[in-house]
Amino acid sequence: MIPEIGQFSLILALSLAIAQTVIPLVGAHRGDAAMMGVARTAATGQFLFVAVAFACLTYAFLADDFSVLYVANHSQLSLPTLYKVSAVWGAHEGSLLLWIFVLAAWTLAVALFSSGLPAAFSARVIGVLGFLSVGFLLFAILTSNPFDRLVPAAVDGGDLNPLLQDPGLAIHPPLLYIGYVGFSVAFAFAIAAMISGELDRKWAKWTRPWTTVAWLFLTLGIALGSWWAYYELGWGGWWFWDAVENASFMPWLIGTALIHSLAVTEKRGLFTSWTLLLAITAFSLSLLGTFLVRSGIIVSVHAFATDPTRGFFILTFLAIVVIGALILYAWRAPALDSDVGFGLLSRETFLLLNNVLLVIATALVLIGTLAPLVVEMASGGKISIGPPWFNVAFLVPMIPLVILLGMGMHTAWRTQNAASWWRVLRIPAIVAVVLGVLIPLFVYGRISLLLVVGCASAAWIVISSLIQPVRSLWRKKGTAGITRSALGMSVAHLGMGLFVLGVTVVSAFGVESDQALSPGESIEVAGFEFHMVGLDNVQGPNFSAIEAEIEVRSDGEFIATIRPQKRQYLVQRSPMTEAGIRAGLDKDLFVALGDQLGNNTWSVRVQYKPLIRFIWLGALVMALGGLIAISDRRYRSKAREKAGDAVDAAEATA
Amino acid sequence: MKPRQQRMLAVGLAALGIAIAAGLTLRAFQDNMMFFVEVSDVVAGEYPKERNFRIGGLVVGGSMQRDEGSMDINFEVTDTACTIPVQYSGVLPDLFREGQGVVAHGRMGEDNVFQADKILAKHDEDYMAPEVADSLSKHQQDIQEAVVKGAAECRPNDS
Repeated sequence: MIPEIGQFSLILALSLAIAQTVIPLVGAHRGDAAMMGVARTAATGQFLFVAVAFACLTYAFLADDFSVLYVANHSQLSLPTLYKVSAVWGAHEGSLLLWIFVLAAWTLAVALFSSGLPAAFSARVIGVLGFLSVGFLLFAILTSNPFDRLVPAAVDGGDLNPLLQDPGLAIHPPLLYIGYVGFSVAFAFAIAAMISGELDRKWAKWTRPWTTVAWLFLTLGIALGSWWAYYELGWGGWWFWDAVENASFMPWLIGTALIHSLAVTEKRGLFTSWTLLLAITAFSLSLLGTFLVRSGIIVSVHAFATDPTRGFFILTFLAIVVIGALILYAWRAPALDSDVGFGLLSRETFLLLNNVLLVIATALVLIGTLAPLVVEMASGGKISIGPPWFNVAFLVPMIPLVILLGMGMHTAWRTQNAASWWRVLRIPAIVAVVLGVLIPLFVYGRISLLLVVGCASAAWIVISSLIQPVRSLWRKKGTAGITRSALGMSVAHLGMGLFVLGVTVVSAFGVESDQALSPGESIEVAGFEFHMVGLDNVQGPNFSAIEAEIEVRSDGEFIATIRPQKRQYLVQRSPMTEAGIRAGLDKDLFVALGDQLGNNTWSVRVQYKPLIRFIWLGALVMALGGLIAISDRRYRSKAREKAGDAVDAAEATA
Repeated sequence: MKPRQQRMLAVGLAALGIAIAAGLTLRAFQDNMMFFVEVSDVVAGEYPKERNFRIGGLVVGGSMQRDEGSMDINFEVTDTACTIPVQYSGVLPDLFREGQGVVAHGRMGEDNVFQADKILAKHDEDYMAPEVADSLSKHQQDIQEAVVKGAAECRPNDS
């Protein structure tokens, strides 16, 4: 019964989504207030029914209703409750429902917080979001119904993929989807602006906080995915340039470019049509990512079991959305550009360079991701592009990006006096280069050009990000402090600096070693002694495992005991490596059990990963920066809109 | 700067950047592209000689061999028509087992044994790499039989 309610709710949600699309758009066109008013009601209703459907599926999992095919395939009686909940989005059908749910939630948020927007504009935004909902609801109902019944019902389920039975992965998809789908709001704002033909600095101001929120969730989602891959896949890498990773990374890169170009559009009324194009691209890449993941056309560790009709549906929808948006863009955007100038040495120039470099980076990732497809279609040869290519290619735009970043932060809008600019930046620049030499040489004992560039860039970003906040702390009484918006920017850039440092150090000084080890023996990796004390059998709720006890010493001094496990999940009969990690801010020590080589001997993968935590810490700090930026008072409330506008005007003329 | 100059600057920079990126991309692509070669083609000698490539197929039942306590492992991979021996040293993926799909990166050794430097197995019981599935379906042989016996008559010389 409950699954049928869910199914029925999905269909009702679809009808409401159609109403949410058609009525407000027609209403906005005709200037009919009553029709525009439908937008909010329909959006709320759509959200409620999607929420009911989502709750029904969750209930089916919690109640172990194995008469539902999806539940029978992806759950099991002894699965811990947390994973019964996360199993809802553990495979294709349910994760699509999560996508729909998140989209409905974003739409509801827009409906609730858009009272400050002109009625016709918010009606159009909600209408466009409704169109996206229609597409995905149709997709779910026609090709991927999570409520399909299994007759006769199974006695027990097939269990959730053991890899997904992990707290990190339980929240990774929701975070990622909030980010991914969040770009639909910027997209809808762009489409609405192009339909109405009205686009001014206010538009950018409305779009900015929404985009930043989406971006910060995407940042967290990607970082969490990377962290999960590190400890759960048992390989110890943090980024594999896998097609599906790239699929989430491309919208992030373009989203980052969008945040920066929105700043120019808001402050100076420039780059308008470019900003629109980025908003369209960011969401199109989210859709492309979905297509790549769902269609299974690309070889990936993440790929779901393949179904050509699904791929075809998404591809059609992708084509309609992207081509429609681009036609509208070609038609409307040229009229929206303004003719204001700026100096060669100005913040505008740096943000322009930021955008160019981020777009190049995205293009490189896109080329590398799609090349296997293109080659296969052109010549029939099946190729793959390895991580070494991405690692090298990606550095090309990234090195100038991080160097320019530190400069751009201290450059004024319109035009900057070169002499005073140099006065601010020369000491940070010298300190950064000195640190770039000292850190690798004295802390890690080896040096190369790339290491100096990496460490110096990291130091450069960190120092230049701290100048403004520190000055604000020591300012004279009565002078204005740093705005939340500027503080957010500094913090996010600081996070970037930490990230660059982590990547540089772990890439250069990380050590990985596969060796054989038996109880009573020791091996040495990166100056640490790993001593296997013994092996033990342990029982989990739905698995049994062999656990090794490994003591780590450095120069005879005890550091930690690491307990990696080799698990055997009882239902799927599949083995899984649960790495043992001694985590620290300065370094991680990582041991994973490989295969049983003989009676008591195991192959182990031992890794020493200095500063690897800085990679995720950096991402976290970046997201925190986003959070601080959206708390800026000019976004806060309608009542203060006027005050905020006055501040903007003052800033713009300052 | 005037708007027109701005646009010229933007277009110029973008064009320059894209040109550099395209050049580097193509150059580096050459070195990093790895072809997938079917087991039957490998046996027929049609594979890149001086560089790494990928093979894929099923691990032949009973073909896994390792000396006790050693990291080295030997096994055979079949596409149901032909079979090649593979040698690898290191930690195997969790879902690597006899009778299951596998992809290996590496190159052919002098002795006609494929020297793998990386082994990938699927992450999910229902999932098989599309290229492997493709390669298997092409030969239309009895998969069960191939897994148990290997394809005894079709294999590289000296192995």
